[in-house]
Amino acid sequence: MSEAVQTFGLSKRFGRQLAVDSIDLAVPSGSVYGFLGPNGSGKTTTIRLLLGLISPTRGRHAMLGEDMPGAAGRVLPRVGALVEGPAFHPYLSGRDNLLRLDAADRTALARTARQRADAALERVGLLAAARKRYRAYSLGMRQRLALAATLLSPRDLLILDEPTNGLDPQGTREVRALISNLARDGATVLLSTHLLSEVEQICTHVGVMHLGKLVAQAPLAELRAGVAPRAAVETAQPEQAASVLRQLGLSDVETVPTRATGVLGGIAPEKVVEGLVHAGVPVRGFAVVAPDLEELFVSLTGEGFDVSG
Amino acid sequence: MSAVSRFLASELWLIFGRRRNWLGLAVLSAVPIIIAFAVKANPPSGRGGPDFISAITENGMFVALAALAIELPLFLPLAVATISGDSIAGEANLGTLRYLLAVPVHRTKLLAVKYAAIVIFAVAATVLVAAVGLLFGLVLFGGGEATLLSGRQVSMGEGLLRLLGICAYLAVNLCAVGAIGLFVSSLTEQPIGAAIATMILTMGSFILDAIQELEWLHPYLLTHLWLNFGDLLRDPVGWDGVRSGLVHAGAYIVIFCAAAWARFGTKDVTS
Repeated sequence: MSEAVQTFGLSKRFGRQLAVDSIDLAVPSGSVYGFLGPNGSGKTTTIRLLLGLISPTRGRHAMLGEDMPGAAGRVLPRVGALVEGPAFHPYLSGRDNLLRLDAADRTALARTARQRADAALERVGLLAAARKRYRAYSLGMRQRLALAATLLSPRDLLILDEPTNGLDPQGTREVRALISNLARDGATVLLSTHLLSEVEQICTHVGVMHLGKLVAQAPLAELRAGVAPRAAVETAQPEQAASVLRQLGLSDVETVPTRATGVLGGIAPEKVVEGLVHAGVPVRGFAVVAPDLEELFVSLTGEGFDVSG
Repeated sequence: MSAVSRFLASELWLIFGRRRNWLGLAVLSAVPIIIAFAVKANPPSGRGGPDFISAITENGMFVALAALAIELPLFLPLAVATISGDSIAGEANLGTLRYLLAVPVHRTKLLAVKYAAIVIFAVAATVLVAAVGLLFGLVLFGGGEATLLSGRQVSMGEGLLRLLGICAYLAVNLCAVGAIGLFVSSLTEQPIGAAIATMILTMGSFILDAIQELEWLHPYLLTHLWLNFGDLLRDPVGWDGVRSGLVHAGAYIVIFCAAAWARFGTKDVTS
């Protein structure tokens, strides 16, 4: 599969801080790539590098099969980007802001501008507020307008930096559905987020940033398979349950006051239940817990969601 | 409409569609109106003032010249400094700069369009002051032959032509202020800071020009030849003064546009 975005040892240093440290990003064409990482881990700096807003200290990158930033004039019109939150002229209406951006695009046709702007507004549910000044928009509406801007022209690649930030649950669902639809139509989506649920629901690939480094990158299924499922027993006698689990051959057995868990390995869950009942453990509940992306994330970034220095 | 002109039109729409700028233009055009009514209510006695006020009662056209002369040291450069200081820094401040560059707009093209809009604004502001002055002057005092600085009378038509020449001369010099503003604007994310810095450079130039001990410096100062517009009212026209004033302004325009380009072309946009 060809890569929609590929970086080669891309690095960016700000003063003494290495914000992006020699990353080799590979976003396959047609994928929805979840770009994860704690705040300050270098995600946004990477996106700025991809778009040519800042120039790399070392390394290079290609987008849609062409070298950047040399081919920016050909590549970027096919790329819709939402970078570090929405930004528009406050005293212009939502529609006028879109027309302003469209006017700046030398590949866009003036004749169809109004029609395309309204179609984009319609698609993000903002057409009713098209004539309202941007300053009167709520955070959620601003976020929607920024998304509408990425939809002004047909795009092959969407680079979305936390697109559901500030949206209500309804809006979040709509935006996820929108992203899924865009991907179904063939667009590649690079989705920067810190919401793991978002990644689990819509991403096919995942890359994890930590302290400026890309610490993991794989198809989501592959990453999931790397983490073993655990059996969890709800019981008033966790110690007793734990010893049964150990006898049955489960590894990494842990207990908390009302629960015992262990890695299943190759053991069938039915066998575990049978063993527990035979041993007379009072079982209140039993579950096989799928590997949690959050745990995986924490294991990769160590410190979870703390801000990287 | 070609792509460049469409972007330029959008840029002009941002400038001329903004209420703050309407207010600024209203202030600029208030000055000739105030002059016209003040002179009408209280005509100056005798001739020989240093400005054009005393000539107004003879010929209303001089309202335009008086207004331009009065607005030249502060209001006109302030208007151009505000617009040019806003050009890049304003977009950076809002965050819209990153979206423009991601569209993509080539950085050189962005600077060119921004500067073209500044030039159009400088011309519009100058012509507005002159046109309002002309309108109110002719209505309140009438037109007719105009007396030049050298005392010769010229026809109304020639007078208007010379007024137009003065507008062009002043606009070119204001474009030099605009070039400085564009450069300063590319250094910062604070549009007001950029406008103030541009204003300080302009005012500073006036101040240094007034200090006799710094005579060696005077030929290089931004505002040194601004008053050469008076050469267009001599008989014959003092083309040498006009030409050197235009070359002087042109040098400022070239140097500061080049500096803005060198600076902005490779700048990391982190706003």
